Amino acid sequence: METKVLIDEKDNSNWRELKNKLFFGTVVVLATLTISPILLIVYELLVKGLKQINFDFFLKVAPDTFQAMTAVRNGEIIPGGIANGITGTLLMVVVASLIAIPISLLIGIFLYENQGKKYANLIRSLTDILQGVPSVVLGLIAYIWIVQGVTKGFSALAGSVALAIMMLPLIIRSTEETMKMIPISIKEAGAALGVPYHKIILKVMIPSGFSGLMTGILLSISRVLGETAPLMLTTLGSTTVNFNITKPTSAVPLQIWEFYNNPNMIDLVWSSSLFLMAFVLTLNIIAKRISMRFS
Amino acid sequence: MNDNILQISNPVLSIIGLSISYGEDKYAVNDVSADVKRNAITAIMGPSGCGKSTLLRAINRMHELYPNIHTKGEIKLNGDSIYDMSTTKLRRKIGMVFQRPNPFPTMSIYENVIAGYDLNGSKLKKSEKDEIVESSLTDVGLLDEVKDSLNKKGNFLSGGQQQRLCIARTLAFKPDVILMDEPTSALDPLSTAKIEDLLVELKAHYSIILVTHNMSQAARISDNAMFMYLGELVEYDKTKKMFTNPKDSRTEGYLTGKFG
Repeated sequence: METKVLIDEKDNSNWRELKNKLFFGTVVVLATLTISPILLIVYELLVKGLKQINFDFFLKVAPDTFQAMTAVRNGEIIPGGIANGITGTLLMVVVASLIAIPISLLIGIFLYENQGKKYANLIRSLTDILQGVPSVVLGLIAYIWIVQGVTKGFSALAGSVALAIMMLPLIIRSTEETMKMIPISIKEAGAALGVPYHKIILKVMIPSGFSGLMTGILLSISRVLGETAPLMLTTLGSTTVNFNITKPTSAVPLQIWEFYNNPNMIDLVWSSSLFLMAFVLTLNIIAKRISMRFS
Repeated sequence: MNDNILQISNPVLSIIGLSISYGEDKYAVNDVSADVKRNAITAIMGPSGCGKSTLLRAINRMHELYPNIHTKGEIKLNGDSIYDMSTTKLRRKIGMVFQRPNPFPTMSIYENVIAGYDLNGSKLKKSEKDEIVESSLTDVGLLDEVKDSLNKKGNFLSGGQQQRLCIARTLAFKPDVILMDEPTSALDPLSTAKIEDLLVELKAHYSIILVTHNMSQAARISDNAMFMYLGELVEYDKTKKMFTNPKDSRTEGYLTGKFG
C-alpha cells in the first residue's frame, strides 16, 4: 500500500532557505545599527581628544583663558589639565558612597526581610519614585539643605549629598535583588547554629551576596560620575585642587561644561569627555567581571 | 492515655500537647504528645503536608522564623523547657541538618565546620579549633577525603560529602539531639547509604530525630517511628512493630501504599 504523502516532497525548500537567510541578514544589520552609535562616539572622542592626553592632563589644573588662547594661536596643544576636576570628582564620589552605601544596604535588607508587608511596599514605591526624580531637582534640594543650611556656601559636601540621593534607589534595588538570589537554606543554616539575626546578615548573607552588592555599588557610582546638573547648583566648581568638603570643588563634568563655554578650550572638552567615558566604561567592565566571577 | 503512643522512660525530649497553627485555625501540628528515646533514631513519617517538618522545626524553634505562627504546648529537653532557654543556647544543644546540603558558600571546609563557634563570636584557640574540626570530620568519615583541602571552599565536594560536612558542622557543638529533615532526599543512592550508615554509628552518642519521606529508610535505620497524618500523631511505636503490625488503619494504609 502506498503511504499518503502529507507534505509535498517537492516543496519549495529553496524559498524557505532564502526566507531564513533574509531574516538572519536583517537581524545582523539591525544589531549593527544599534551598536554603531557607541562605536561612533568612541571614534569621535579618540580622534578629537587623544592629542590632549598627556601627563600634564592628569597632574595640572585647568589653564586660564590667556594661556589657552596663546597656545591655540601658536598652534600648540593647550597646556594644563583637569587635575582639579579629577580630584574633585573622586572626593565627591567617595563621600557620596560613604553616605549612600550603608543606608541603602540597610534599606535593601529591610525590603528583602519584609516581603509583602505594607510599610516595605511603601518604601519600595518611594524608592522607585526617587529614581525618577530629575537630577537637577535633587541638586536644588541639596542646595537648600546643605549649601544654605549647613556649609553656608557652595561645597563638595552638598554635591556629595545630591549624588548620594541619586545612588540610593540604585543600590537599594540591587541589594534587595541580590538578597533574593541567595538560597534561603543558607540563612537557615545560620539560624540552626544559633547565630543571632544581625550576625546572620553581616557574616553570612552579605558575604554570600558580595559580588551582587559590589556590582550594584559600582554601577551606581558610574551612573553618578557624569552628573552635571546637580553639581552646578551645589559645588559650583573651582580652579584649584581642593580636598576640603566644605569648600567649592570642581568635577570633570563641570569642567566639560566650563570648557564648552570658552571658545579657546574646545579641545579640552573632547579630552575630558574621553577621560570621563573611559572611566565610566572601566567601572562598568569591572562590575561585569565581578558579577561573572562570583555567580 | 492513648494506646497508640509508645511510652519511654528517661526520654531525652518530651513533647507535651504541642499545637502549631499558621494563621486562623489552620493547624499544622495538632495536640501532639510524645517522648523521644535517648541514643536512638526516631523517624517521623507521613504524607506531604502532614506537619512532620513543622513538628521537627518546633523542636529547635526554627519554625519561629516564619510569620504568623502560633505555638501551644511544651517541649522539654532533659526536663528543662526549651522556651526558658535562648535560641542560641537551645540550638547548640539541638542541632539541625537540612534537606539540601547547605554549607556556607563563602567559607572554606575548615571554617564551615567551626562556623557555629566563629559566627557566635566565641574566642577559641587555634589548637582547640583544630581539635574540634578534626574530631567532627572524623566522626562523619570525611577527614580522609578532605584533609588536603581543608582551606578550599566546599563547593567542589559531591552532594553526599557536602551533606556530611553539614552534619560535621552540627556535631562540632556536641549537641544532645540532632534533627534531620529528609537529609538524603537530594542525594544519590550511594551517598544515601553512606549517610544512613553514619546515622547508625552516631546514635551511640547522639539522639537523632529523622523526618523521612522514604518508608524503607525508616524501616532500615530507625528504632522508633512516628506516623503523622493531617497534623495528628496517629501512631508511635517501635519501628519493627509498626511495620509488621500497625495498630491504626491509617498507618496500615500509608505503609501499604494506599495513600501518601
